[in-house]
Amino acid sequence: MARLLGVEIPNEKKIEYSLPYIYGIGLPMSRKILSASNIDPNIRAGELTDDQLSLITQIIQGLKLPIEGDLRREIQAHMKRILSINCYRAHRHRRGLPVRGQRTHTNSRTRKGPRKTVGAQRNPGAKKGKV
Amino acid sequence: MGRSLKKGPFVQQALLDKVDKMNETGSKRPIKTWARSSMITPDLVGHTFLVHNGKDFVSVYVTENMVGHRLGEFSLTRLFKSHGSHTVKAAK
Repeated sequence: MARLLGVEIPNEKKIEYSLPYIYGIGLPMSRKILSASNIDPNIRAGELTDDQLSLITQIIQGLKLPIEGDLRREIQAHMKRILSINCYRAHRHRRGLPVRGQRTHTNSRTRKGPRKTVGAQRNPGAKKGKV
Repeated sequence: MGRSLKKGPFVQQALLDKVDKMNETGSKRPIKTWARSSMITPDLVGHTFLVHNGKDFVSVYVTENMVGHRLGEFSLTRLFKSHGSHTVKAAK
């Protein structure tokens, strides 16, 4: 197990695929980093020398990318702003519905979660005959 | 597709004129408006708008965080209804 940037422990996969284990680095960014550092993307992460690891660390830090905690905090701050101003997007987030104008008649299961069938429901506290 | 930068943000001219006038005199009355597509510019911060949602005018107090959004985003046009609430509270 190689350690990168503190807590990151990409496993025994090819380095190209283990870099995306870092929150904030995807496959394209991983490839970019490796081509910039002249490291063969097919090498296993565990086989990298210390020099290569420090080179990767250097490049990632040089990119000034928000990564891990910083990125999470940044996203949280955005969410907070959106929720605080009470705009349409905020309402959609709160309801757990799609935010970007997708249809909700069907689909949108990712946001809505598993299907919940709603039948007739009566509040047991409500009096009979009284709505 | 985004809007051309050359044009700048869209704000209804009549609305801007009203706000400018109010900024000059320093008065802060709520402004009734139908201009939901108007972008919120820094000039509008601190004013209250009554934004039409097709039925009523929803009161929107503009804060700094809202700059760059549009007035309509704060005045919902749909009412969220859910099933299964035959309660006394829902009947009201």
